Amino acid sequence: MQPFTALTSHVAPLDRADVDTDALIPKQFMKSIARTGFGDNLFDAWRYRDPGYPGKPQSAREPEPDFVLNRPSCKCAQILLARDNFGCGSSREHALWALADYGFRVIVAPSFADIFFNNCFKNGVLPVVLPTRQIDRLFADIGDGRKDYRVTVDLAEQTLRLPDGEVLGFEVDAYRKHCLLHGLDDIALTLQQADDIRAYELRRRTLEPWLFPA
Amino acid sequence: MTPRTLFDKLWSRHVVAMRGESTALLYVDRHLVYEVTSPQAFEGLRLAGRTPWRRDTVLATADHNVPTTSHTGEIRDPLSRMQVERLGHNCREFGITLFPLGDRRQGIIHVIGPEQGATLPGMTVVAGDSHTSTHGAFAALAFGVGTSEVEHVLATQCLPVDRMKTLYVDVSGALPRGVTAKDLVLDLIRRLGVAGGAGCAIEFGGDTVRGLSMEGRMTLCNMAIEAGARVALVAVDAVTLDYLKGRPLAPRGAQWDAACKYWRTLVSDDGAVFDARLQIDAGALRPMVSWGTSPAQTVPVDGHVPDPRDEADPVRRAQMQRALDYMALEPGTAITDIRPDRVFIGSCTNARIEDLRAAAAIARGGRVAASISQALVVPGSGLVKAQAEAEGLDRVFIEAGFEWREPGCSMCLGMNDDSLRLGERCASTSNRNFEGRQGTGGRTHLVSPAMAAAVALAGHFVDIGAEA
Repeated sequence: MQPFTALTSHVAPLDRADVDTDALIPKQFMKSIARTGFGDNLFDAWRYRDPGYPGKPQSAREPEPDFVLNRPSCKCAQILLARDNFGCGSSREHALWALADYGFRVIVAPSFADIFFNNCFKNGVLPVVLPTRQIDRLFADIGDGRKDYRVTVDLAEQTLRLPDGEVLGFEVDAYRKHCLLHGLDDIALTLQQADDIRAYELRRRTLEPWLFPA
Repeated sequence: MTPRTLFDKLWSRHVVAMRGESTALLYVDRHLVYEVTSPQAFEGLRLAGRTPWRRDTVLATADHNVPTTSHTGEIRDPLSRMQVERLGHNCREFGITLFPLGDRRQGIIHVIGPEQGATLPGMTVVAGDSHTSTHGAFAALAFGVGTSEVEHVLATQCLPVDRMKTLYVDVSGALPRGVTAKDLVLDLIRRLGVAGGAGCAIEFGGDTVRGLSMEGRMTLCNMAIEAGARVALVAVDAVTLDYLKGRPLAPRGAQWDAACKYWRTLVSDDGAVFDARLQIDAGALRPMVSWGTSPAQTVPVDGHVPDPRDEADPVRRAQMQRALDYMALEPGTAITDIRPDRVFIGSCTNARIEDLRAAAAIARGGRVAASISQALVVPGSGLVKAQAEAEGLDRVFIEAGFEWREPGCSMCLGMNDDSLRLGERCASTSNRNFEGRQGTGGRTHLVSPAMAAAVALAGHFVDIGAEA
């Protein structure tokens, strides 16, 4: 996994609550068996005027000029700002693969859906939870996203530095932070506890033998 | 001993080791796998040179992407075909049990798990699908995960999980005429909001829940995710045990007796403390219909499309307006004046035998309205389909003008050929009315199977709760 330490980037403001993963990556793009190549179809139904399907050439697409990601200032944004309950609905990790493939490394919102939140950390993307009043203030400062608004996100320090110099702190679970900072393979870490897992299985087998058919 | 909640009992039984204060490495007893969210996980195993920790806990089938017109012959769409074939390759390579297309046991993972007895009380059950909460109806700690977590569980049989808060939803009273578990859960989502259950394990209890069949309890637990909860639970009782007895993967003989003895303890103790409680009077419920693009945007069928101007919160008001624009609805419209183009009866929410019986009871002797271009019935599994056919339900549907299909997820998410066209309106027994969910530009109204069948005959929503 790609480590996440710090970055400075323009912020793309997506002023919507309950953004679901069907919106992040519509189902017709989930037929891929790869983890890459989803970025062009991130927010497909909102981002383009024409219906999208897998393999449709980008040159044939008709961008929706009003959608935030199509504003010139937001094209290279690595930080996405949104409202409550971001990433709700389907568990599809393709939503994260699309966000990361597009270039987003940080998503800032007042709250996230549980499965999406977990998926972020598996893909080198940092979900930052801020209180609603700070989110309101960021939306107000950024406006329609046309002016340059650069924020520095520092995971080690757990801070967001705003253009006016103000610094906002955020919380992150220590274990997840450690994995993200170092790009650690979660599975390898768990396999270090293989003896614990085997010991657990032995205990459990005596309690519920029907779960361990010979 | 301190009284414990059902959630506490299940949680502590599965902790292999703690990771920090509230995160535990949990052991996983059952892993359900399907074609869409697993290929990248198997590829990850392969690249790292890993093998499944316990292949006997994994059960696989193809459901999301499969055609429902026929399960014989080749899948026409090359991308769907590749995904389904890849699942077959992966299961063969890693020695995992697969119910392939054409096998009577194939179907939607959340239908076949319980049907096979692959879901048992006291288990942890995971799948790369958010509706895994369904299995909580059996007092199993069941939750959806992402593909990286699918890989993690395959490789280690474990998953780091944050401890959840507990919410007890106590439902009491008799369900009125025309009101089902689907209406109950839609009403709950409306009360809690789509994030109201975030971070929670919801336990459903009370005499109304005790009175539900396992099918009804599964419908209830299935949609807990639409209120943001990853986990839903119903305590074990005689209904649970009766359902499981004799299922292919359920224990037998002396082991069955030993299992039942343990399973009967899988209830919240008297006096157990929950983080929150909610009381619902089932007698006050009405058949529900969603009007918007979020499962919390629902009203009783005798109600009207709400007016955003009545909403004080600006974010919510904008969301409502956006939903109305997408759904092409005017505030104040009577729900019974809304005329869908299509009807879909199916999905992991409502494609079990009892759901089909409820829909058939309405459809019997009727005729699909001329204005309804298609009324689809998609059973949840091959065995549900066979059971329905043995009861003659297929004839009831076909004679009334419904289409009777092969099992799969179908138009719930429209990954196969069953999807809405731009602007089409659908009365659907599925679980999500998000923009584009059933097809780009499609408009979804979530309802119960009985309501969906009534819409098919009448061409509009019907107050099936009103006295005849």
